[in-house]
Amino acid sequence: MNSTIASISTAPGIGGIGIIRLSGDNCFNVLEKIFKAKTPKKIEEIPGYTIKYGHIVEGDNVIDEVLVSYFKAPKSYTAENMCEINSHGGNVVMRKIMDLCLRNGAEMAEPGEFTKRAFLNGRIDLSQAEAVIDIINAKTEREATEGTKQLEGWLAIEIRKIKKDLLEILSNIEVSIDYPEYDVPEVQEDDLRKKMDKVLGKLLELAKSFDNGKIIKEGIKTAIIGRPNVGKSSLLNAILKEDRAIVTEYEGTTRDTIEEFVNINGISLKLIDTAGIRETSNEIEKMGIEKSRKIAKEAELIIFILDASKDFSDEDREILEKIDKNKTIIVLNKIDLKTKISKNAKEIKDFKNIVEISALKKEGINELYNKITNLFNLNEINLDNEVIITNERHKNQIQKAINSLNEAKNSMDQNMPIDIISISLKNVLTNLGEITGEEASEEIINEIFSRFCLGK
Amino acid sequence: MSYYAGEYDVAVIGAGHAGCEAALAAARMGMKTLIFSISLEAVANMPCNPHIGGSSKGHLVREIDALGGEMGKNIDKTMIQIKMLNTSKGPAVHSLRAQADRKRYQMEMKHTLERQQNLEIKQAEIVDIKVKEGKIDSIETAVGAIYKVKSVIVSTGTYLRGKIFIGEYSKESGPDGVFPANKLSECLQRLGIELIRLKTGTPARINKKSIDFSKMEVQEGENDICPFSFTSEQKNFEQEKCYLTYTNEKTHEIIRANLHRSPLYAGMIEGIGPRYCPSIEDKVVRFSDKPRHQIFVEPIGLDTDEMYIQGMSSSLPEDVQIAMYRTLPGLEHCEFTRPAYAIEYDSIDPSKLKLSLEYKDIDGLFFAGQTNGTSGYEEAACQGLIAGINSSLKIKGKDPIILDRTQGYIGVLIDDIVTKGTNEPYRMMTSRAEYRLLLRQDNADLRLTEIGHKVGLISDERYQKFLNKKENIEKEVKRLKETIVKPSEKVNSLLEEKGTAKLQTGSTLSDLLKRTEITYKDLEIIDEKRPDLSKQETEEVEIQIKYEGYIKIEEEQVAKFKKMESKLLPQDIDYTEIKGLRLEARQKLNKIKPLSIGQASRISGVSPADINVLLIYLQLQKKNKK
Repeated sequence: MNSTIASISTAPGIGGIGIIRLSGDNCFNVLEKIFKAKTPKKIEEIPGYTIKYGHIVEGDNVIDEVLVSYFKAPKSYTAENMCEINSHGGNVVMRKIMDLCLRNGAEMAEPGEFTKRAFLNGRIDLSQAEAVIDIINAKTEREATEGTKQLEGWLAIEIRKIKKDLLEILSNIEVSIDYPEYDVPEVQEDDLRKKMDKVLGKLLELAKSFDNGKIIKEGIKTAIIGRPNVGKSSLLNAILKEDRAIVTEYEGTTRDTIEEFVNINGISLKLIDTAGIRETSNEIEKMGIEKSRKIAKEAELIIFILDASKDFSDEDREILEKIDKNKTIIVLNKIDLKTKISKNAKEIKDFKNIVEISALKKEGINELYNKITNLFNLNEINLDNEVIITNERHKNQIQKAINSLNEAKNSMDQNMPIDIISISLKNVLTNLGEITGEEASEEIINEIFSRFCLGK
Repeated sequence: MSYYAGEYDVAVIGAGHAGCEAALAAARMGMKTLIFSISLEAVANMPCNPHIGGSSKGHLVREIDALGGEMGKNIDKTMIQIKMLNTSKGPAVHSLRAQADRKRYQMEMKHTLERQQNLEIKQAEIVDIKVKEGKIDSIETAVGAIYKVKSVIVSTGTYLRGKIFIGEYSKESGPDGVFPANKLSECLQRLGIELIRLKTGTPARINKKSIDFSKMEVQEGENDICPFSFTSEQKNFEQEKCYLTYTNEKTHEIIRANLHRSPLYAGMIEGIGPRYCPSIEDKVVRFSDKPRHQIFVEPIGLDTDEMYIQGMSSSLPEDVQIAMYRTLPGLEHCEFTRPAYAIEYDSIDPSKLKLSLEYKDIDGLFFAGQTNGTSGYEEAACQGLIAGINSSLKIKGKDPIILDRTQGYIGVLIDDIVTKGTNEPYRMMTSRAEYRLLLRQDNADLRLTEIGHKVGLISDERYQKFLNKKENIEKEVKRLKETIVKPSEKVNSLLEEKGTAKLQTGSTLSDLLKRTEITYKDLEIIDEKRPDLSKQETEEVEIQIKYEGYIKIEEEQVAKFKKMESKLLPQDIDYTEIKGLRLEARQKLNKIKPLSIGQASRISGVSPADINVLLIYLQLQKKNKK
């Protein structure tokens, strides 16, 4: 029998509703202890695919007003008994419900465990499972599309193309070793080098696509920094297109872990430390230059806000000197007021990306978006024409393949015999085979016999 | 009309290369052993090419020898030419190959069998293997002798329902005109053993006096080559020559014009032939753009003028064969002594075997050699040796010897055929070995002699010699790593002479040896305390140091491999119950019943995704037990 697992299934942050999911043979027992339905029924009488209205309670205290969906084995995502509690979003409430589940017999699900169970129970196969995990994690539609593409095996097709070149090289070498007396042409060093470089180029391209893939999948880590009252909150609100305070304080939350996502041209920005911004606690004076540098370092994109109506402060100057100019966008806010800082000010003239906005009046926000898009070449990430790796495991395998290929080239530079070079090349094939699931030696042998005429 | 003929431990059916090794191993391990051959004139016969070794096959022979087998010693005694192949291509793929005096090879092996204690050699056809309650009970010969035995090793080569084809002519026959074994096939089927049909072939033999060698390239043997057996002394002798000639467009024309007369193309042969030794007509059809094919002419022995024509295997009619052979330079007036023929025979599905080579469903029944769907004398011999060892260990109540893929080509071969099965005769190739830098022919003894000694096939005396060699090598490697030479004039002039960078500061001898330009021998003049080591020892030292970095990488891979091999799968798993597995994987896994996750991952039809399912399944099982 499988244990009952529970997890918060909606992305962290704020949403209208949040879902807590339970799966396992005994999940309804757990639910019974914490859910009071408006019209109570015995679980046996509730059919699968039913939604019931009621309250999550702790003793006599009502925690939240919820809808619960029932799924009965095997007709559920995991093919086990499952239920989903649709609660009002907000971290405090969600945490509380989760906590109740755990105290009443559920276990915290490991990352991906629902999918793992679905797969163990025969609902989906592994390659689907990997892609489904990506789809689940997709924060934007674009990413979802990419996940779907891997399901269809785009990566596999691309890898097979690379493997084809590699097999040609390897079978030339191997046939000369296994059939030393046959008049197959000896492998020429120049030719070998050329072919190896061709394969290396293709692999590097794939590896690079992972960085794009990562942007799609994980979003761009973004820090918004600046002095008090320069308009960080207003900018955040302008970006998020909302005015209300959205972060709920609750015990045990560390501010650093709060991340929010905002969608720009289909790519997500992952905003670091937004709680801090709203609390106006990460202003340069308060948190110190060291910490803002740390945040800036961690970020892939820095949005540095200056109040254009005031002069640079010493702290501003110090930060401006030290932050990475290539990943920074200077935002001159409050251009609706009389400005004291211009784009040409000597403190910022070395920055390529400067935008003038009025966060309050929501002017210039689109230009900021354009800058971000250009900075990360987001327009070049064209999902329709290019294969993009988004899976960490795949990226690792490709990196390994690149390393093995470099080893082969090194051995060649050191005048090692062909067998030694072949060993590294074979490793490349093995590394790639672990993505597509084919065995290296069998492939080489098949290639040898299809290309060379050998025999007694 | 049967009679009781006595009680024995092990009976070996078939005295080819597998059978001989099996019988000798069993007898040497103290088993009361019988070996049968349909004809004692056919013991250790080489019905096809008259050579032993070659790429990867040479490795197998060295491994057989390191374990205490006979093939290496026997070829060393009877070779008429020897070569080391692939010397420029790296230490891992150096391969010995020797031309045998075929008759002398046979006589020598037969005599060895005859002299072996605990072993009786008999000319008889076995027609029945009797099994009682799933266990081997007895065997019966065609004339009715019944031997009660504990274990049977079937190593029948191409004799099982053998049938030869020469054009429109076909005949039930074993190789070289010997009787086929028809009744044994029926018996195996009665025992529920599924048989598949395989095919191979051999070229014509030609009388030397009808060949004009002046039109061919000469292929000489080499001197100063260390022999196959670790116990043989290196000897220089007058070597026979081989020759090389080529087919041409005329040859191909004749073949194409007569394809309809080939039993293969006419659909008379149902067996599947090997890709690596296709007939000449196969080659011409499949590689039609190739203007010529290499043909080697090899001597068969010192007391015969018959020559073997490698590359011209065929099942075309004899008249077509003669016409096409005569298009080859040097063979214009050739005179056939024996025509080429194709032979079709029964073999078992090797995936029905355990890694010990015992049949999964019948206790005490072992299979070895071509019967298991392999091809080649060396492939056969190594299986015979392992089957002989394991049948004996079983009778002694001990665990079988199972070599894994990191220990030897033998391990690779057996793991391949047992785990994947085969649908064509399986040939060993270096490409099949994942860790070939570790599985070199020079270190076969370092890898396997310990095991040979443990099972009792390596004498204490030989073992002691081996230990000394091992120690000498280890000591010398250590010494070279610890000995520092200063950038003296003598040292630097040597380095300069060899075209490599001079020393600025001190360096160890081993670091100097790692340079591609420097050999162990080169260092002699700057290495005063060098011990007196044998050629084999210095060769080993040199390889271990020169390729140390690469060897380490493979050793790391081996560690990973072993990790997967050590994740054992319970033998009572019903894979149909694991729903995450794809249907094909469930069926394959249930059929093979792999011992470990590692072995499971090599089954064709089991994908990495399936392996992940198994890993998760194992973990869940573990968790549930807790």
